[in-house]
Amino acid sequence: MNPAFSVVFLTTLIGVGQGLFIALLSVQGYTTAQFLPAQSGQFYTVGSAIALVFLVLGLFASFFHLGHPERAWRAAAMWRTSWLSREVIVLPLFMGAVFVYGVLHYIELGGQTTILAQSLSNKEIVTLIVGIGGVVACFALFICTGMIYACLKFLQEWHSPLTVINYTILGMASGFTLASLYASYIDSELLHFLTGWAITLTIVGFITRTASLIRNNHIKYQSNLQTAIGVRHTKIQQKAIGAMGGSFNTREFFHNKKESFIKSIKWVFLLMVFVLPIILLAVGYQQKTLGIFWAAFIIQYIGLLAERWFFFAQARHPQNLYYQTI
Amino acid sequence: MTQLALVIDLNVCVGCHACVTSCKQWNTSGPAGSMTDNNPYGKDPSGTFFNRVQTYEVGEFPHTETVHFPKSCLHCEDAPCVPVCPTGASHKRKEDGIVLVDYDKCIGCGYCSWACPYGAREFDEQEKVMKKCTLCVDRIYDENLPEPERKPACVLSCPTNARLFGDVHDPESETSIAIREQGGYALMPEWGTHPSNHYLPRRKTRLKIHEDELQRVDNPLKKEGPLPTDEDGPFLEDATSW
Repeated sequence: MNPAFSVVFLTTLIGVGQGLFIALLSVQGYTTAQFLPAQSGQFYTVGSAIALVFLVLGLFASFFHLGHPERAWRAAAMWRTSWLSREVIVLPLFMGAVFVYGVLHYIELGGQTTILAQSLSNKEIVTLIVGIGGVVACFALFICTGMIYACLKFLQEWHSPLTVINYTILGMASGFTLASLYASYIDSELLHFLTGWAITLTIVGFITRTASLIRNNHIKYQSNLQTAIGVRHTKIQQKAIGAMGGSFNTREFFHNKKESFIKSIKWVFLLMVFVLPIILLAVGYQQKTLGIFWAAFIIQYIGLLAERWFFFAQARHPQNLYYQTI
Repeated sequence: MTQLALVIDLNVCVGCHACVTSCKQWNTSGPAGSMTDNNPYGKDPSGTFFNRVQTYEVGEFPHTETVHFPKSCLHCEDAPCVPVCPTGASHKRKEDGIVLVDYDKCIGCGYCSWACPYGAREFDEQEKVMKKCTLCVDRIYDENLPEPERKPACVLSCPTNARLFGDVHDPESETSIAIREQGGYALMPEWGTHPSNHYLPRRKTRLKIHEDELQRVDNPLKKEGPLPTDEDGPFLEDATSW
């Protein structure tokens, strides 16, 4: 496949936003259980705002993938059958939940005697309920995003539960790395908690992503040129593709990069998504240096762009069998 | 249930591209809008086509054979491009099984093209929607046309009659008989898409002659010669038949 940058940015940006929101909810859960010191409403409001910024940026990027963005609302129609349609519904729901969650904490922060604030007798419980609703939407969004790719059975590199798992774990890892940066920025006592989880999730992500790399190295492709054109002969050469200057089929499904380039991208993302951020997060936590957390997040995010690019580039669409020589 | 489809005979296709050009001509002139042509007379011509003819060389020299392979939407019975469409623009008609795109609903996300293993869909660079073969749906039901012309443009234009059009669910249709009697097959059967369009394979007419057919075993002389004529005198039958 030829990776589309709109989709690369969409999936990585909303992944960060989703991961950050889960980090906020984890903090609230732990504080409710009194494993962590209670946080101010401002902590959650600003955190939710940052998550929302990433989600909005992701949504913005997605519009560049559409031929007719003005009709995007139509995409909610076929949720019964289409994972893309489900994503289109769940993403705004999740964004709404993040917004409400942030606002509820803000109301608490101001201590205002608004009608809404008065009616909410126990803000701690209310924000937790809204937050849990948001987390449910968040995981539903991870599943929808992953299933868009995993449900295409003849794209054998994608047709695996590992696709959904990787989207989830890598999104969470980048979100927790951002949460560590956030904690470091406001000099919060949550730094050990968030950094610990960021490192843990990055390690888990390393394991699941490596698993999918190994799996994809051993794929037995079900289609070949013989089944594609229905001629049983071991030696078939294509002489004409039916177009002189290429077509949609040659532009959309071929990345036109050398095999060595693809391989180098693999090592680049393994280094930038996993190895460097783990080292930087550990060092940053030791030295309590803000700059190192910035570096960890930025490097991991750029690495994720490479990872997502590789994810698309690696998939071999069976239609390419009809274009042996382009 | 009706399932309209094409049956393409690879045995007689000569790769002339008449189906490609007639398809383009009909569909670019239709009510659904033109099919984009970018740089049609320049260095890298590129445009939207519903149908393309590819050419393959099977075997190794000197035992090679050229196979011309026209490919358009196969109107799968279990079309994988339909359920993935988020807007419902991509749909399969109940009444005749044609898979169509509603150009007014399509948002141009391209997801259906990922979901089609055959690469049958093309994104129109100017109209920004996904396009594909319609089986000339605006032609086959047009009662203003004389009955024999109510067929897809590609079928009418094929000079070798390599393209048949009909209902593949009707066992007595021309297409069903061709599939049944001439070994019609579907492309990439491994994905369970059940393409409605079928292809007829290359067929060779070979005469099998065994050694004993060259030399008659019941010939007592063990050699082939001219048959006896009347001038050789009467046969035994002539002498005894009275």
